[in-house]
Amino acid sequence: MKELLQVQNLKKTFKVSAKQQKVQKTKERIKVAVEQLSFTAYEGEVFGLLGPNGAGKTTTLRMMATLLKPDEGDVLVAGTSVVKNPDVVRGKIGFLTSELKLEEFFTPNYLFDFFSELYGVDKETTAKRKKELFDKFEISKFAEVKVADLSTGMKQKVSLVISIVHDPDIIIFDEPTNGLDVLTAKVVTDFLLELKEQGKTIIVSTHIFSLIEKICDRVGIIIDGTMVVCDTLENITAEKCLEEKFFDIYAERAGESNEK
Amino acid sequence: MKNNIVAVMKKEFTRFFSDKRMVLTTILLPGLMIYFLYSFMGSGFSSQFEQTEDFKPKVYVENLPESVKTIVEQENIMELTEVSDKETADILENIKNGEEDYNLLAVFPEGFDEKIAAYDAQSGEKAPNVELYYNSTETDSSSAYSMMASVLDAIESSMANKFDINAGDGSYDLASDEDMTAMMFSMMLPMLLILFLFSGCMAVAPESIAGEKERGTIATLLVTPMKRSHLAFGKILSLSVIAILSGCSSFLGTMLSLPKLMGGSEGMNASVYSLQDYVLLFLIIISTVMVIISIISIVSAFAKSVKEATGWITPIMLISMLVGITSMIDSLCKTEPVFYLIPIYNSVQCMNGIFALNMNTTNIIVTVIANFCYAGLGVFALTKMFNSEKVMFAK
Repeated sequence: MKELLQVQNLKKTFKVSAKQQKVQKTKERIKVAVEQLSFTAYEGEVFGLLGPNGAGKTTTLRMMATLLKPDEGDVLVAGTSVVKNPDVVRGKIGFLTSELKLEEFFTPNYLFDFFSELYGVDKETTAKRKKELFDKFEISKFAEVKVADLSTGMKQKVSLVISIVHDPDIIIFDEPTNGLDVLTAKVVTDFLLELKEQGKTIIVSTHIFSLIEKICDRVGIIIDGTMVVCDTLENITAEKCLEEKFFDIYAERAGESNEK
Repeated sequence: MKNNIVAVMKKEFTRFFSDKRMVLTTILLPGLMIYFLYSFMGSGFSSQFEQTEDFKPKVYVENLPESVKTIVEQENIMELTEVSDKETADILENIKNGEEDYNLLAVFPEGFDEKIAAYDAQSGEKAPNVELYYNSTETDSSSAYSMMASVLDAIESSMANKFDINAGDGSYDLASDEDMTAMMFSMMLPMLLILFLFSGCMAVAPESIAGEKERGTIATLLVTPMKRSHLAFGKILSLSVIAILSGCSSFLGTMLSLPKLMGGSEGMNASVYSLQDYVLLFLIIISTVMVIISIISIVSAFAKSVKEATGWITPIMLISMLVGITSMIDSLCKTEPVFYLIPIYNSVQCMNGIFALNMNTTNIIVTVIANFCYAGLGVFALTKMFNSEKVMFAK
């Protein structure tokens, strides 16, 4: 299988401000968010990043999406380096995270056209794709309603649709079902499966075990910024279910940390 | 990737012009408010200091001299009432209280006409004294004082007239209406224009940069393949256009109402300036707005919220206003081209030159080129900031 996304020895640190030191009750001035993190995603597979809050999942995805620059290491997206050619990488991926917001003044219709223009999609393709995606996510009847007036679920659907206006081959979703009601979460999950069937490569970060079990081919478990396990879902869940396996790994890791 | 500057500009314009409230408060209201406010202030000042033609102050006089009586009756400018010294206390109280029918009390020494006729200035004796009691906070009372002082001046002049100043019918002030307009406009307008342009920029730029950062919408743009320089350039250009519209609205309001504010001086209007003056002024305005927008955009990109950005920009605005005042101080108006490399100062001085009808073309060229270079540097700096995760995603 073709290696479509290669994460190579990523490292990312953040300075801890005096205010954060006070809140987190720490004297450390540097926080290592991601340390020597490597994994590969193959063409057409869904790779799940699993880990507790603060494990470094979002930081990893943000480096893959070129929003953050790695301190060390690199990510090759279809052979293009996020460090050397971030502009090219941005055109190849679709990135969705709850931290990316849509301007609430605009309508889904306007935003779709605007982002399509930024991604260089021609008008004909834009119109066709807009109809297809709006119909699928039932956005059509809200197409001319300002984002500010949409429900949370509908906003999330619009965000998802906007993130893939250019029909990218590599899709990076950070907590795609977070905060959604069960119905909307199902729509999103089903869509991810549909993208998988279309042969898209998907990297999804979540702490929802059922989502991983349902859609992922391979899983990477990140704890404290390092990749603890990276294997196929089949191998990881050979003896125990994913949830039990995760807590075993987590407990083992916590024990190691305490010994240190 | 194709040029996305136009796409960003279209988005900014759609955002702005689709919001009726923003258009009203940023473009229409400033001009209208300034026009009505200045016109209202002008009429207020005029009515405060001007009297109607048929106004005749009521003046009470003790020991009314014949000379005064004759002049007042001839000119028919006051209503004189002779009073005795017993009545003066009540009259003084009424003048003090601003009573309508009590404008002035004039107390002459007995035999005033004879005394001044006999008085020899060389004798060293005290001259006869006339006491005029009035209330300076009352317009009518002040006018009465001025009229009576004029009458007494006329009497004094007629008795010892050695020479006159400008007593003929000729027009002695050689300044034309054009010169008057140029002087007034060149003093007032550069500072006001800088203030209006800055206000216009402040109304849109922090919201567009710091606001997008605060709401997380800028990150959505930053994950697209659009070049950061296109985003920076598109933002600065579109915000400049909106700020220019806002500035023009305020400028028009000021130009139309300034003559009224200055007391309705006839002949004082903007028609003294040629098309070339307006074109040059517009060039200066465009380049200045781009500099201001660049500064505000950079500060806004550093800020975490619109509130924080506004807090940082306010001192810069005050400094710009101070620089605007240099147009009123001759010693600070430099003509050497090197001074026209200083942003804001160069624009103020060029506006001053244009309004005073003595512009220096070299300095205007230096100013416009320098300002566009500064705006270019601003775009470069903003691009760097859009590329900096520390600036864009600092928490």
